[in-house]
Amino acid sequence: MAKIKIVHYLNQFFGQQGGEDKANLPPQKKKGAVGPGTALAGELKDYVDIKATIICGDGFANEKKEQAASQIREYLIELEPDLILAGPAFNAGRYGMACGMVAEIAADLDMPAVVGIYPENPGYEMFSQYGYFIETGDSAASMREALPDIADFIKLYLKREGKPGSPEEANYLPRGIRKNTFADERGAKRAVKMLMAKIKGADYDSEYPMPTFDRVEPAPAIEDLSQAKIALVTSGGIVPNGNPDRIESSSASKYGKYKIADFADLTEDSHETAHGGYDPVFANEDADCVLPVDVLRDLEEEGRIGKLHEYYYSTVGNGTSVANAKVFAREIAQKLLSEGVQAVILTST
Amino acid sequence: MEDRTLFINKDKLLAKIKDDHRIADIDLEIVRPGDDVRIMPVKDVIEPRFKNSGGDMFPGFTGDDDMVGSGITKVLAGTAVVTTGEVVGFQEGIIDMSGPGAEYTPFSKTINIVINCEVSQGIKQHIHEEVLRLIGLTAANYIGEAAKDAKAHETRIYEHKPLLEACSLNGGLPIVGYIYMLQSQGLLHDTYVYGVDAKEILPTLISPTEVMDGAIVSGNCVSACDKNTTYFHQNNPIIEELYEKHGKEINFVGTIITNENVTLADKERSSSFTARLAEKIGLEAAIISEEGFGNPDADLIMNCKKLENRGIKTVLITDEFAGRDGASQSLADSTPEADAVVSTGNANETIILPPLEKVIGNDEHADNIAGGFAGSLKEDGSIEVEIQAIIGATNELGFNKLTARGY
Repeated sequence: MAKIKIVHYLNQFFGQQGGEDKANLPPQKKKGAVGPGTALAGELKDYVDIKATIICGDGFANEKKEQAASQIREYLIELEPDLILAGPAFNAGRYGMACGMVAEIAADLDMPAVVGIYPENPGYEMFSQYGYFIETGDSAASMREALPDIADFIKLYLKREGKPGSPEEANYLPRGIRKNTFADERGAKRAVKMLMAKIKGADYDSEYPMPTFDRVEPAPAIEDLSQAKIALVTSGGIVPNGNPDRIESSSASKYGKYKIADFADLTEDSHETAHGGYDPVFANEDADCVLPVDVLRDLEEEGRIGKLHEYYYSTVGNGTSVANAKVFAREIAQKLLSEGVQAVILTST
Repeated sequence: MEDRTLFINKDKLLAKIKDDHRIADIDLEIVRPGDDVRIMPVKDVIEPRFKNSGGDMFPGFTGDDDMVGSGITKVLAGTAVVTTGEVVGFQEGIIDMSGPGAEYTPFSKTINIVINCEVSQGIKQHIHEEVLRLIGLTAANYIGEAAKDAKAHETRIYEHKPLLEACSLNGGLPIVGYIYMLQSQGLLHDTYVYGVDAKEILPTLISPTEVMDGAIVSGNCVSACDKNTTYFHQNNPIIEELYEKHGKEINFVGTIITNENVTLADKERSSSFTARLAEKIGLEAAIISEEGFGNPDADLIMNCKKLENRGIKTVLITDEFAGRDGASQSLADSTPEADAVVSTGNANETIILPPLEKVIGNDEHADNIAGGFAGSLKEDGSIEVEIQAIIGATNELGFNKLTARGY
């Protein structure tokens, strides 16, 4: 069997370019395998040839997405690999997102992609449909187990000529893609069997697992509000006039951070909504009805809250995927913590 | 009938059904499995049956007696009356008698008596639907009469005891029921029970044998893939499979029909009523079947949640609308309690139906029926559509073997 050509994607760290100081490294390609690629090439020496490695800083890949994507796309078109390998990214959020983005580009070019990732990495949930995501541990300490799993999958993928079978059969994480097939028995018979198993407390497999619910425990109550720094965060799309960050009116891919330290009241001269999912007339006339800055200033003056945080965060909830929302929430929460905020008022529309 | 062969006098049948001033044109054809024929847009499918005793088929419409569900019912199994003609809504469907499309519809396996009917100009859509509905039922009854003196080749006995007696029987077997959701969103999305619009009912008990005798009639134009044609009601596979295990592994004591109305208050009332009724009759477990998708997903989930909250174990049957790429969330609503779901397939998956020699009805609506899109109908007569457009493809009573799996 002829060996297939692989292009491997790594971040700056695993690509041996440096640590966080090199996070802004733009995409570049190197000949042959690098870092974990070398070990994988060893595991797969009779099957694959890692022709090149694309290395990009995690900061660059996430903050200059479009630039990164177009460069990576150009490399892939030029290199014409049979398969793209990315990571393993473990639980590194930005690295996982970058690997997912690479899988998305590959899918668009009709190239198969294989990504090593920890299941809770947001890159998996967001991009799972674009490639085969192989489960790894949450840190690089599990590299030793991750590489053979990835190698095994690639071998199986080649053996089955690009049709690896179901996630259970081929040991990849579910891609969230539903495909039709004919079962051995009609649906009504399967339902009665499932019901009898459920009654008996026996094992059964639901044919459509409900999406999992990410329930968040509320934080403990603030004991003394008069000393607390309170922030406003909204999915109602309130932005300074002109929508400087071009937050989309639907299916938002970003959020904005805006200063309100100088405002006691939001007016049509200063703020508007970017949201496309509700009648915007009132929000454009008086953005306080979505982002209640005026009321919080009153409370501040009355001494009932310590201080209104000088920045607010805003995005658009309209049709925005849960995967995107999770990434925003994670980042916003981290920033609020580092800004010393004790409590947040979340407003939706 | 001569032994197993049914003869139809075309003129007599047409005379029986065409006496309606709203009809402009009507014709009849017989198509068989394997024929190079496409029927579209199909409105309803009905199985011809005859009741030797215990009332008439389709009470409230063509039936004279007020109650059904007992006595002897003869079935002309293997045949079906199919109504077609100019599209009523946008949600009529396709039956291919051969080719890849035939795999997806159970009506490629029946000998179909196809009534192609056009109504007079200016007839409103809901009247058009009613005309076709009545023609179909009348034709099925006329054909069914042929079974009157025919000898049955197979006999099945279905017993449905009074509730108290039923519950005290088969001591120890789990008491199981069936929650039968009927499409009732209105505006061409209607189902009738004994002639009553299901929108107007409170959830109630119905005997499975009443269902077999045509107590439930389809009057709806929801997407072809998951609308319950009258045929599916008559042959409800959930009822059949529950009967199959009845007295052996389960005690199948009751069927509750409920509706799928559009307002939240209606949904809450109907699902609460259903759950209470299920509890009152002592159900330990139940199968819940949906009809349609999207909005009724909310009814399905409410029924599930409220039954489970009362300690009644549930299995749901639904189809999926996961997008053409299969990557979207399949239902419009969900709840963690819905941990046992049978999927009857992703209705958005597309299929190419190659041209067939003959089209009964009219294929020019291929782009507009639910599941079609701009460019569905190709120049060579082939049609690229979502399987949503095929009659019964993802039937949520679990009539077929189709399912969807995660990849």
